[in-house]
Amino acid sequence: MNIWTYILKRLLLMILVLFGVACIVFFIAHVIPADPISAMLGGNAPDEVIKRVEAQLGYDQPLIIQFYNFITGAVVGDFGLSLRTNNPVMQDINNYFPATLELTIFAIIISTVVGIVLGVLSAVHRNKIIDHFSRIFSIVGVSMPVFWTGLLLLLLFYYRLGWLPAAGRLDFFTIPPDHITGMYLLDSLLTGNWEVFKDALRHILLPAFALGLLATASIARTTRSSMLDVLKQEYITTAKAKGLKKNVVINRHALRNSLIPTVTIIGLTFGSLLEGAVLTETVFSWPGLGRYITQGLLFLDYNSVMGGTLYIAFVYSIANLVVDILYAVLDPRMRT
Amino acid sequence: MMDKRGNLLNVSDLHVVFYTYRGVIKALNGVELWMNKGERLGIVGETGCGKSVTSRAVMNLIEEPGKIISGSVVFEDRDILKLKEDEVRKIRGNEISMIFQEPKSSLNPVMNVGFQIAEVLGKVNNKSIKSQYKAAAEMLEFVGLDSERVMSMYPHELSGGMAQRVMIAMGLAPNPKLLIADEPTSALDVTIQAQILELLDDLVEKMGNAVMLISHDMGVVAEFCNKILVMYAGNSAEYASTEKLFKKPMHPYTTGLLKAVPQIGRTDELKAITGTVPDLVDPPSGCRFHKRCPQTMEICKKERPPFIQVEEDHYVACHLYSQKGGENK
Repeated sequence: MNIWTYILKRLLLMILVLFGVACIVFFIAHVIPADPISAMLGGNAPDEVIKRVEAQLGYDQPLIIQFYNFITGAVVGDFGLSLRTNNPVMQDINNYFPATLELTIFAIIISTVVGIVLGVLSAVHRNKIIDHFSRIFSIVGVSMPVFWTGLLLLLLFYYRLGWLPAAGRLDFFTIPPDHITGMYLLDSLLTGNWEVFKDALRHILLPAFALGLLATASIARTTRSSMLDVLKQEYITTAKAKGLKKNVVINRHALRNSLIPTVTIIGLTFGSLLEGAVLTETVFSWPGLGRYITQGLLFLDYNSVMGGTLYIAFVYSIANLVVDILYAVLDPRMRT
Repeated sequence: MMDKRGNLLNVSDLHVVFYTYRGVIKALNGVELWMNKGERLGIVGETGCGKSVTSRAVMNLIEEPGKIISGSVVFEDRDILKLKEDEVRKIRGNEISMIFQEPKSSLNPVMNVGFQIAEVLGKVNNKSIKSQYKAAAEMLEFVGLDSERVMSMYPHELSGGMAQRVMIAMGLAPNPKLLIADEPTSALDVTIQAQILELLDDLVEKMGNAVMLISHDMGVVAEFCNKILVMYAGNSAEYASTEKLFKKPMHPYTTGLLKAVPQIGRTDELKAITGTVPDLVDPPSGCRFHKRCPQTMEICKKERPPFIQVEEDHYVACHLYSQKGGENK
């Protein structure tokens, strides 16, 4: 099978998955026993006002029609108006999502690099100091929830040491860079705005670290165990019998094989990072999509919740598609 | 240390142990072997007798939890066990190379065949890997593969026989002084086995490399080698030229092995050696074979028999032939 048919097949599957997600999101939102209209208008609103608003929002129609409207809207990226901000939900997503994406990507870069390096060192120096350190780090990382590590980091680096800022994406007086992607680090880099870049970097460090800790730990663990497994394989003996240097054996012959399971973990992690971003964004007041959805939920703003969730599902599917393609690049056995 | 008995490789008193949860496995217990340039030595013995461990120890490739605790492996005039890692690496691949039992899992699954052969050539010739692709293709033709097609193939696309041809190409590419073949045909179909052995025979004949062939198949060894070493439970039991070993086996274990090999035209009964291979965590005292040996004597339980020469090109480790044993008789 050629790579393009493979991608096409995956894209078709992705549509199915997204339809499933849309169904679940829609029905969960509609079985929640809460009434957004009275929440919006208050308990004492006259009946005709409630009726009018219901009609305005389309809530008076049968569920199946509402579902049809939701799906047809979602296909063209129209999730209706947000009850809270009064903007089209898609516009809000465009505003908030780059912040989340920036945080997630930064976190995943940190955790991939640190996780793989720790995992490899740990496997190569098995049962030595570095291995013990990395294993303890992994246990700690896997067991501590994001909001807890987040608070601890804030306590140390903001409150005690005062090295890093506590909230937001930029200092109050820093003017955001020109909007290109909406990701401040990337935009300031593209425009060569070093001051803003430095400021944005200072702000992203703590939340990205808190968010990425779990991922770092699980990537390190996976890499360690698959590396140990690979190092026992016969082709590693072949490589050694060729008289290659130890680091060539590890980096050229073992690493690529041991990264195959790691890539799966990275793909899955991307999803949990987007998920974890909801908590992290709350702890660090990061104006991202996670916080937008949380606030939408508290306000019973179903359009923004459904739209935001579906959007994240979409991004997650794309990330997994990328992982599958990476697979084929890493492992020739996947290409057939 | 023993005298130099071969002009290419002299292994003497080699002891290797493996540290496991069950205890210390005394895998090699003073192995003796030697080879001359261009010679073909077959190492035979039952599974677990230390054939493969010996071959890896020769390249100083014993991995944890294994450890070489004493002995010497003198290749030409360098003791491989005493050299620095850097210097051993110059011997591995360049002067000694190795092919394995499972050719498909001995090739790296994420690299194509061309790269893997070019890699060793690049290392040996101290050139870039890219510059060696042409030579790698020639090697593939040399082992009878269509280089244009096979160069860009990945191990999972090869059949077992093709993969072993690739391994042979890789092993012979640097034209090593010694090629170690660890059960190169055991994992292959019988028809392919014959092809591969014939190919190996042919190529080594042309290039003049010495070969250490490890096998549990007496027939294969008899056909391919001019010297044979019989190993038992981590010891060298008997060493002789092929002819002498088959005509006049001396060690009771060798005799037993030969009786257990079916042959066309043989009329006597096939006999298995009684008992099983000893547990090497707690090996029998004295001669490790004494519990299974039909000719055991008192001394066999107490003392390890020395590895002595009984005639030209014929050595044996058995009290039947040692002086002390002779007195006992």
